This record gives sequence, C-alpha cells and structure tokens, in this order.
Amino acid sequence: MSDVITCEGLTVHYKSTTAIADISLRIPRGATVGFIGPDGVGKSTLLSLIAGERVLQQGKLNVLNGDISERSHREAICADIAYMPQGLGKNLYPTLSVEENLQFFAKLFGHGRAERRKRIDNLTKRTGLYPFLSRPAGKLSGGMKQKLGLCCALIHDPKLLILDEPTTGVDPLARSQFWRLIADIRKGGSYKEQSDLTVLVATAYMDEAQQFEHLIAMNDGKVLATGTPDELLAKTNATNLESAFIALLPEKIRRSHLPVVITPIDDNANAPIAIEAKRLTMKFGDFTAVDNVSFSIKKGEIFGFLGSNGCGKSTTMKMLTGLLPQTSGEAWMLGSVLDPNDIATRYRVGYMSQGFSLYNELSVEQNLVLHARLFMVPDAQREQRVAEMLARFSLSQHKDALPASLPLGLRQRLSLAVAMVHKPEVLILDEPTSGVDPVARDNFWRLLITLARADGVTIFISTHFMNEAARCDRISLMHAGKVLVTDSPATIIAHKKATTLEDAFIAYLEAAQANNDTKRTANGETSEEETKQEIQSKPAHAPMAAKQAIRYKMSLQRLLSYATRETLELIRDPIRLTMAFLGSMVLMVVIGYGITMDVEDLQYAVFDRDKSAISEQYTNSLAGSRYFLTQPDITSYEDMDRRMKSGELSLAIEIPPDFGQKLHKGEDVEIGAWIDGSMPSRAETIEGYVEGIHVTWLLEQAAQTSTTASTSLISVQSRYLYNPDIKSLVAIVPAVIPMLLLMIPALLTSLAVVREKELGSIINLYVTPVTKLEFLLGKQLPYIATSFASFVLLVLMAVYFFNVPLKGDVFAFSIIALLFVTFSTSFGLLASVFTNSQIAAILLTTISTMVPAVQFAGMITPVSALEGAGKIIGEIHPVSYFLLASRGIFSKGLGFGTLDFAVYVIAIGIPITLWLSVVLLKKQER
Amino acid sequence: MKLKNVLHLSVKELWSLWRDPVMLVLIFYVFTLNIYTAATAVPESLHNAPIAFVDHDRSQLSHRVIDGFVPPYFLTPEIITEQEVNPSLDTGKYTFVVTIPPSFEKDVMKGLVPDVQVNVDATRISQAFTGNGYITEIIGEEVSAFVAGYKYETRYPVGLVMRARFNPALESFWFGSVMELINAVTMIAIILSGAALIREKERGTVEHLLAMPVSSSEIMLSKIAATLLVVWLATLMSVYLVIQYVLGIPINGDVWLFMLAVAIHLFAVSSLGIFMATIARSMPQFGLLLILVLLPLQLLSGGVTPRESMPEMIQYIMLLAPNTHFVMASQGVLYRGAGLSVVYPQLIALTLIGGVLYYIALRRFKSTVGSMA
Repeated sequence: MSDVITCEGLTVHYKSTTAIADISLRIPRGATVGFIGPDGVGKSTLLSLIAGERVLQQGKLNVLNGDISERSHREAICADIAYMPQGLGKNLYPTLSVEENLQFFAKLFGHGRAERRKRIDNLTKRTGLYPFLSRPAGKLSGGMKQKLGLCCALIHDPKLLILDEPTTGVDPLARSQFWRLIADIRKGGSYKEQSDLTVLVATAYMDEAQQFEHLIAMNDGKVLATGTPDELLAKTNATNLESAFIALLPEKIRRSHLPVVITPIDDNANAPIAIEAKRLTMKFGDFTAVDNVSFSIKKGEIFGFLGSNGCGKSTTMKMLTGLLPQTSGEAWMLGSVLDPNDIATRYRVGYMSQGFSLYNELSVEQNLVLHARLFMVPDAQREQRVAEMLARFSLSQHKDALPASLPLGLRQRLSLAVAMVHKPEVLILDEPTSGVDPVARDNFWRLLITLARADGVTIFISTHFMNEAARCDRISLMHAGKVLVTDSPATIIAHKKATTLEDAFIAYLEAAQANNDTKRTANGETSEEETKQEIQSKPAHAPMAAKQAIRYKMSLQRLLSYATRETLELIRDPIRLTMAFLGSMVLMVVIGYGITMDVEDLQYAVFDRDKSAISEQYTNSLAGSRYFLTQPDITSYEDMDRRMKSGELSLAIEIPPDFGQKLHKGEDVEIGAWIDGSMPSRAETIEGYVEGIHVTWLLEQAAQTSTTASTSLISVQSRYLYNPDIKSLVAIVPAVIPMLLLMIPALLTSLAVVREKELGSIINLYVTPVTKLEFLLGKQLPYIATSFASFVLLVLMAVYFFNVPLKGDVFAFSIIALLFVTFSTSFGLLASVFTNSQIAAILLTTISTMVPAVQFAGMITPVSALEGAGKIIGEIHPVSYFLLASRGIFSKGLGFGTLDFAVYVIAIGIPITLWLSVVLLKKQER
Repeated sequence: MKLKNVLHLSVKELWSLWRDPVMLVLIFYVFTLNIYTAATAVPESLHNAPIAFVDHDRSQLSHRVIDGFVPPYFLTPEIITEQEVNPSLDTGKYTFVVTIPPSFEKDVMKGLVPDVQVNVDATRISQAFTGNGYITEIIGEEVSAFVAGYKYETRYPVGLVMRARFNPALESFWFGSVMELINAVTMIAIILSGAALIREKERGTVEHLLAMPVSSSEIMLSKIAATLLVVWLATLMSVYLVIQYVLGIPINGDVWLFMLAVAIHLFAVSSLGIFMATIARSMPQFGLLLILVLLPLQLLSGGVTPRESMPEMIQYIMLLAPNTHFVMASQGVLYRGAGLSVVYPQLIALTLIGGVLYYIALRRFKSTVGSMA
C-alpha cells in the first residue's frame, strides 16, 4: 500500500511560538489515523497543513502523490480532500437549511442536478438528517451539525477525510451514531471502492481513539509515539489509552498528573440547600426549552447535568445565573429567591458559559484582572489571586498572549480561571471541559473536588464526558427539556442494569425517544432505531459516473453556487433587504428636499441710525425681497454683535446718521452691510442679493430725481439651460442617485468577505475548488441585482415623486447604472478583502465612499473647481462620471455618444477593483 | 451603579481598540488627512469655473472681454465654434459658454447695445447663479473701460460697503475643515460605541458580562465613556494640529468651550450608537442603519447647506437631532467667537437630547438583554 501522506521536517511558527517542530510522518493509504494529545500541541495545525488550508512554512509535505506547497497540485487534489475544521458547524451557513448547505457544497464540486439530488438524499438518509432537510443549520443540535458537516465533507467522494475534533461537544448518543457512520462509509457502504478512503481524526476522547487503526500521539509540536492502540498500550503497560497517553508524556508533565480521587460527600441531610429549582419552565415562543424542571443541590455538592445537545441544560443554567427570566416556576440561589435584578447574589456565583466568551482583545492576564476587578476582589489580594489562577491552570507562560492565538483547550482553561477568580460559593459550569485534553481535565477535576470538599463550594456542572459525570455526587439526565432521572451515578447504572454510565444514559435516551417519537421534532434527533434501519437498508447505489476531473478554470456553476448562497442569506435577513431598499428611498427624500442651494429666508435686521424717510425707503426695498426675512431692528453695536454671534442674523444693514441729509446734498454716503462669513458660500450669495437690491434702489432713486443714470453699452442675455427655473431639486435629485448607489451597494458587499473571516466559514474558500474570482463574483451577483432594483426605484421616485423630468435615453441610463453598481459592489468587496474586522470594514467603506460621493464627485461643487487631492479623486473616481451621466440623462436629454467617455471610465473601474480584490484575497490561511 | 466598574470596563474597551490597528489608522486618518483634504479641496463658491467663448467678432474689444476672465474665478477661457456649444455643455465640459455676436465692437461704438449671450449649465447650481453675476459684471466693466479708454469705475451716489464678518476673505476651507471635523466626531462616535456592542453580541461576551455583578447601565456607560475619551482627544488633536497649525485657521472663540460642546455631543451620539446597536441584529444590519442615520445627520444639520433654506418641516425635525445643535454651537464658538452666554441654549438642548437618547438606549438595552443571552 502506498503512502497517502509523507512529510519531513515540517515546522510551523506563529509569531514567537512554535506550533509544529520538525515533524516527519508517513500515513498509508486507507488507514484510519487518530491524532491524540493535549491542546495546543499542533494537531489542528498539522491537519490544516495536510488539507492545504494553511500556508506551508518549512519542510516537505506530500499529500496524494504531490507537493502540497505547489499551487497546481493543491488545485488538482482539492476535490479529493474533505476537511472538517474544529468547532461545531464552523464551515456551515447557519441561516441556510440543511438541503441548501448540501447543495452549496455539491455545486462547488461540480456535480450535476440529478447527481446532487441522489447524493444528498443518500447521505442524509444514512445520517438521519433526511427529515430535517428544510431546517436551518443554525437551529440544529450540535450532533446534527457535525453530521451535516460530515455530509458536506463527503458529498464529493474524497480520498482523504480530515476531521478535526469532530465530536467535541456532542452527546454520547450522537457521537456513537457519528462513528458508526464513518465506519460504515469506510466499509464501502454505498460508495464504490471506498476502502481506500483515508481518515485522519484529531480527538480529545480517548475512548474514541481506541477504535482507530493507527494512533499518533503528539505533544509540544512533536510526535511522541505512533502505532496501533494495542501497540501503544503494550509499550506503556497501560490498561487504557488515557493512562497510556499520560505514560508517554515527558517526565516533567507526567509528574504533574495525579489520578482523580473522589472523596465521597458527607451525607449530611442537614446540609443547607445551595440551589433549588421548582417546576422551572422556559418557553421561547411556542417552543418549550425547559419543561417543569425541579431539583435541589446541597451546599458542597458536585451536581452534574447530562443530556443531548439542545435538551435545555444551558437554558436551565442561564436561568439560574439570572441571565434569562424564567417563564414560570421558582428558583432559589443561596437561600434567596432568584431575581435577575439581584446583583448581590452574583458576587457569590461563578459562571462559565458554553463556548468561549472572553475578550479576544485582552491578554490572558488582562482578562483575569478585569474579572477580578468587576467581582470586587480587594486590590490587595488581586495580584496574588490572579497569579494563583495562572499557576493553577498552567496559564503562566501564556499570560501575555491574546486568547485568539491560543488553542481551544487553553481558552477553556482561561474561562474556568476567570469564573473562579473571585472564589465563588457556587460555580455554574456549562460544559467546561469540552475540548480540553485528559491531563488538564483531570487537573481541573482535582481542583473541583478540592473546592467542593475542602471549601464547601457548590458545583453545578454540565458535561458530555461520561467519566466526568461518574465523578459527580449526583447527576440529572435531561432530554427535550425534561429531567429523566436524578440520582447518584451508581444508582442510575444499577437501575438500568447497565455496565457503564454511557450505556445507562443511552438506554434512558432511547426509552425517552421511543415515548416521544411522535413529537420528536422538539429535539431533532432521529431515533436510534431508525438510523440503524437506514444504515442496514442501504439504498442500492448506482455506480458513480466516473468522477469528472474538475476543471480549474472559471466554473459558472461554482460561481452561481456562491451567488445562490449569498442570495439565500440576504433573503433570510429581510430587515437588511428592506433597509437596502427603503433606506435609499428615505435618504433620497431627505436629501432631495434637505439639500438646497436656494438661499432663501435669510434673517437680517437693520441698524437705522438715520431714521429719515429715505432710510425707511431703503429698508423697505430690502423687506420686499423674497430672499430676506426682516427681524426686529438693531438698537446698538452691542446688540448687532450679539445677534450676529449667535447666528440669529446673517446680514446686518447699517444706515449711517444723516444719511438722508447727505444724500440730499449730494455728499458721499455709504451704507454698511455686515455679512456672516462663517458659511462662505452663503455669504457670497447674500453679497449678490444685497448688491442687486442696492442697485435697483439706486436706479429707482435716479428715476425719481431724474438724474442721468448711466446707460449700459451692452445687454447680457443669460440663458439658463437644462434647468431654466434654477431649481435645486432638478440639480440635486439626479446627483443623489449616484451617491446612494455608491454608498449602499458598497456597504452591502463590504461585509461579505470579512464576515466569513470573522465567523470562520472563509475556510470553505481555502479547502474547496472554488477560485478567488468565482468566490468574489458569486458574492457580488446578488448585490448587483439588489442595487440595480434599487436604482430603478430611485429613478421612478425622481420622476414621479419629485417630478424631475427624465429627458434622456432610459436604456443608456440603465446600462450605465448597471456598470456603476457593479463597480460600487466591487469596491465594497475590495474594502472587505482588505480589512479583518467587520467594524473596520464598515468604517473604511463609509469613509471611502461618503467623502468622494458627497464632496468630490461634483454634487455641489463641480469637479473642475476642486483643488488638490480632492480634485484628483474627483477626476478619476467613477462616481463623478456616473453623476455626469445621471445629470446629463435627466436634465440634458443625453444618451450614448456624448456619454461614451463616462461609460469607459466606469467600465474600467470594475476590472481594476476586482483585480485588486483578487490579489489581496488569500486562498490559504497564514 | 458603581463608577469603578465603569472605569474597568472602559479600560477594557480601550484595549479592544488598541488591539485593532486598522481602526486606529482609520480614526487617525479621519481626524487628520481627511479633514485636510476635504478642507482644501472645496473652494469658494465660484472657483475655476470652466468657461468658453464663441467669438464671432474677433475684434480688439472681443479679445479684451475674453482676456478679462482670469483665474481663480474662471479657468482661462477657451475659444470654441458655434457647433461645439451644445456638445460641450452636454458633457459638462463648460459651465458657461458666452457668445459674442459679429460686429460687436462696431455696434458698441455706435451705441447700438448689442446682445451678448451667456449659456449657463443650470444643473451646476452652485456656480450658475454667482457665475452669471460675475460674467455680467466683467463684460460690462471691460466694455465700459474700452469705450472710455481707461478702467472705468461706476460711481453711484450711495456706496455700499460690504464686510464679511468672522471670515473676512470668505475662505471656504475655514468652513469646510470645521464642518468635516464635526462630521468625523459624529461618525466615529456612533461606529465605535455601536459596533463595539454588536461585536460583543456576536461573540457572546455580553452574555458573560451580564452574568456578573455588573449592571446594564454600567456596561453602557463604559462604552460611552471609552468612546468619549478617544474621540474627544482625537478632536482636540485635530483642532490644534490640523486646523490651527497645518491649515492656519484663526479660531475666534474659546477652544475649551467648543471642547465642552464636543463632549456633550459625544455623549448624545454614542448613546445613539448604542441604541442603533440594540436595534440591529448583526453587523451588516448595523452598517446599513448607520448610513441611514449618518447621512441625514450630516447633510441636514446645517453643516452643508444653510438650515433656513430647508423646508420648515425638515428644520423642525432636525431640531431633534444632536448634530443640529452641535453645528450651531460650533459655528458660534469657532467662527463668531461666541461665548457661553450666547451658545448656552444649544448646550442645554444637546444635554437634553443626550439624556433622552441615553435613557431610550438603556431601556432598549435592558429589554433586549434576554434575546442577547
């Protein structure tokens, strides 16, 4: 058998830490290989390297007969590798249904419609997901999410299946179903010659590792040992893998590990009750998450909560922390009635939520200090307490690291440390050990036991690990919102006549599900029986059409697959869609009416120091103007000063004393006009108005006194073209359309890529055959369509609501608009590719579109009148040309021909922005 | 409410920002280069207006008239043919095209009052009106001077002395820079406070905070406080470094009074940001909402076009927006040197609006806590 993977001297550094140090390995074809070891030893890094998801830094790695560091080889084998990253449903799209997720992946790998249907039906029937095809992935339980992830991974007949901790956080029933599925697929199952499928799995569950053919034990970026499980056991003289692994560890770490010894609890019936719940119920709409749950936990007790995902464990815990107000029922915490507004009790409770929820921007130590402060740990003790936590959880060497750079297990340890920093009396821990390695888990449990027995801390914990559940004083099994049984682990095992707690648990679950079969949708798991049957009656599988070699040139199908997915996400988010449409319309009304260049209703006042008939006449000529609004007369210079400073007056007219007399005598007189210059454009307009009124008044005077007025030598005839009434609306409305069509489409796409980066689904770009251009264009298409529809709406509004006549070629306008929205969506993509966080993407897009659109495109000031950098931006930015086109078509009756140049500029902008986006987008993680 | 908690949480917010280099660069850009570019790019209302002449006369007088148009008001005139008039206006090449009729000089000398035609592209409303006035004036002066043989000055019995107060030369970058600063303050404050909350919602850290002995108002205040501090300092830097030092704009009023207004305004808009974040369910929704709120705030607050020219309805509605009062106060203090006795009504209005926004945001924040967890 040839080797599927060979690697030599593989080394990966992250900044200062070494994730993988000089690893050399061979993995034969068709093997099932388990990677075991604590967190942060490089398992995930190694797997992502093999999957081609991460950039190879050092060493040689051959996967499927070729060098993975070569792009051509990566592209060639991409379709032969299936990769499921760590984290529940990380590469799935939560708003898309099961069917849509599967269709999306199937299309990426180039299957035809009939083929897709066949594969999806086959896979979902075998995994028990078939009844839930229309359910959104985000609403699936953890186990089902992982099954869906597996289906998505298997949809294209991979030769190499890479699973990174696929069952972490999944309940035992779902876990056993999952592994049966993998075994079934490997056996040949429904796929031809699947026996050569190579499966690589990283796992934290040692009992799972037992089933693998080969194991690779890793520690500290190095391989400790390889071999079959039996070989490892023999080598270390251990009875189970967990202790075998511990034996393999270097001396120093091994010594830190001690077996967990459970001191039985003092069976003191008089011990005070720490937590009590009576008929606690939580409803979300018509869905009952927690149904009549009652239990009481004594002080110092370790109380475990077991149950499949989504059965209501977390919700119950949230109610007890006061995060969620219960729908009905009562609960007491440390003797007082549970009240979400009761802050005092919270000082006595520590809570660790499921999944990492600490601050990625704060270092490990800063996180601890912040929580110590918030829990009012006295300043004097804080430093020592933080140091103690760092030491207890072996976080000292990472204290300055940012959580995001740490592996999952270390982050979980940090969460624990944070929950305990204030020495609470009650600890509520929601699946605290998911993804934590055995040594750390045991260390953690020893700590819990010490806390409970020595310090009398009450511990309420939920877990998936059966050996952990067995360590609890009492456990509750939960299913579909109900508590099935509450008792000590030994009693539960005895009651079901089972040998292990896991078997007892599965027996309870099956019994409950049999009862519930009619309304099993409440939980979402298919019953075990059904799954079994389906697996046995494997549908006869038609031989696959010889796998078409996937072509690595542009594939319209892959592009459309991304487009469909993006469209579905957009449709599932109606608020966003409505805002995109309604928003642009509202803005158009606001801006159309709001921005006006007509300077009217200017407030002015007169300081008449003459008070003669002639001065009054002058005043009246101003008052008669439609541009001015007369305010009460100015009484003094102080008055004028104050009123101008407050902005009340834009203009003050001062008529000097003896104005009338001097005028009569023919002496020189001057009228003073004080204009508020703080808004220069307005000031200039006022100057113009005042000058005009002044001259008119003079001419009237001249006519009355029949002095010879200077006759003009020429007459200037002004024709105001395109907008004869010089109405602001006609000038502004066509200019608002380009502005909105730049900003809103760019904002819509700007989050498209960066959001996938933040939520993790960007991994699909790394590991599927989709090319960067297909990925970008696919994302862009739905937004081009949306934006074009919004363009049509805006034009209709301009014509019918604002009554701005559309004189030019509508067809040409549409084509130009289509080009322009393509440009603006490309621009959004560029901003999205460029940034790493959604906030930064929003800010970058807002700044880089709003400023050019409002100031440099010629909306108010023509581009030719601009200066400096603004002028350059205005001259090269497509928005200026679209504005030119919009005004030209609306007001000047233009069409193609005169606007050709604008069309070219806009059209050239598209490939430039797209090219930049493609260049900046990475096809591998660094 | 414990001020200590607010303090610790604010420090956390500051760290978050500090660890996001792209944000830091963008904030720096917005408060420095962006203000500089925007301030220097937009000129006085008539500046470099593109003008062309159709000269049918080609006489000494017509040349004199054409030579009378010089930068900076107009670009150096171009001579075009009659056929080029419409296409060049259509493509927006010129805002003004002046046609000088044949035998213009002769007719003037004979006193026949010949017609000079000015075609104005009235879609460029900012240049159209003022520019036409200048054109009439320049042509008139040149012709009179030609006839009189010297530069002729019209003498009226009553002179009109116009003085622009607060900005004597009517230099528009004085205005533009401060308005851009005001826009920057609003934009960054809303984005910082709002997006910070959305980010906590999306990452699940809000839930974690709420399970601790920390009240909703402490969480909210800490975000507001951190935003306020960052933006306030950035503004201060911008006022001294960019506006006063680089652009050399004399500030008439009391900078610290302006900074007080900035602080109150920041309180109001960061509350607004949080309110928006409680409405939006995800970052993409927040982004759209942002544009929807930000554009009207900026365009209708009186910072771009004068308030009194807007429809009355809009003027009244905009009185509810913090920006309107902030723009009024800033213009008063920075341009007109107004003191507290003049701008106190705006400051009171800002405080009231800020208080109401804070209250609404807090109510909304508390009531949506359940759906966040």
